[in-house]
Amino acid sequence: MKVRFVGLIVLVLTVLVIAPVAAHHGTASFDTSKDLTLKGTVTEWIWANPHCFLKFDAMDDTGTVRNWAVEVSNPTDMTKRGWARSSFKVGDMVTVNLQPVKNGAPIGRLRTVALPDGSSLTAMGPPPAAPGAVAP
Amino acid sequence: MRRLAVVCIALLAVPAGVLAQEWNSAGLPDRVINAPKTNAAAAPTRDISGIWDAGGIGIAGPGHESPPWTEWGKEKAAGYKPGNGPRAVYENDINDPLSTVCDPTGFPRQVLYETRPFQIVQTSNQVLILYMFERRWRIIWTDGRALPKDPDPRWYGYSVGHWEDDTTFVVNTIGTDERSWLDNAGNPHSADLKVEERYHRVNHDLMELTVTLDDPKAYTRPWTPRNKMPLTLAPANFDMMEMICSPTEVMEFRKNINDRTNNK
Repeated sequence: MKVRFVGLIVLVLTVLVIAPVAAHHGTASFDTSKDLTLKGTVTEWIWANPHCFLKFDAMDDTGTVRNWAVEVSNPTDMTKRGWARSSFKVGDMVTVNLQPVKNGAPIGRLRTVALPDGSSLTAMGPPPAAPGAVAP
Repeated sequence: MRRLAVVCIALLAVPAGVLAQEWNSAGLPDRVINAPKTNAAAAPTRDISGIWDAGGIGIAGPGHESPPWTEWGKEKAAGYKPGNGPRAVYENDINDPLSTVCDPTGFPRQVLYETRPFQIVQTSNQVLILYMFERRWRIIWTDGRALPKDPDPRWYGYSVGHWEDDTTFVVNTIGTDERSWLDNAGNPHSADLKVEERYHRVNHDLMELTVTLDDPKAYTRPWTPRNKMPLTLAPANFDMMEMICSPTEVMEFRKNINDRTNNK
């Protein structure tokens, strides 16, 4: 019974964590077990529905530069997380932690990104508290 | 310096609500959605007007657990390739008409999926609901008219409403277009669908929405995908963001992401 209860908790937490980026589609194409961190240069930041996505050039282990496209949720959800149309500009050096697709293409879902000023933005998990938020 | 101090003191004296006149609000903060509202003022009489937000529960990304489909429902659902729920397919196989080609959300999907903030406006003979998601609206007639007989299907159907008591507004809708899905899980509906929405204003700050579907052509029994979903009243100066499915943006997303995730 305890195992079943713990399983239920894990399931609920998983749904809560995934839900913000999976509102309109699931995770079938993504390798949810993989965790990839890449340093790269922003080439484009698309602030649009149904999902915003960040494109950046990053070098892989073989020395090949590939242009990645990593999605986050829609502008509405990302606004709640402190993201904005102005979060990135072309040429920004970023460090992106992502979940890649299964087919090996340079596509993925962004988990967190470190910005040039040392701050970071998150795309999964509970949204951070709003500035000045006080517990009720 | 003295003038600055006076300005600062004056600003501090302004009520917080006045200072909070911001544009483009994505929704109420979770701490407001989740705060208990038991100490709120009593519900006004026959008044559900205002801007309401269900928070994250309104999104319902994975869809709803339905009762068994009929044979007709099974056949209809077999052609639906959803992006979420137990029948989710790979991203580039999804054929959800809303997310792939920006067909209208339709009704009742508008209240079962992405139920983001919406505004209710009451006039002498109508209740209008203005939805942030897709920037759509509905008209609910309250002038006592009957629902139409054998209506042409419409994406948002035909709706009439009445007050069941001083705090409960009930809406009945028929004549929906069966091209719209019910949710992200690819649950279908037929044009025979009858929908009942119950907006029960518990107190000034809290309302509950219950949606019951009766569609014997598609489902073996009526069901209630939204059961007393809590809605929090937003400040009157809340300016909703746009959240629109633009075919141009969807094509760009497909080109960059979806069409490159092929696993075959």
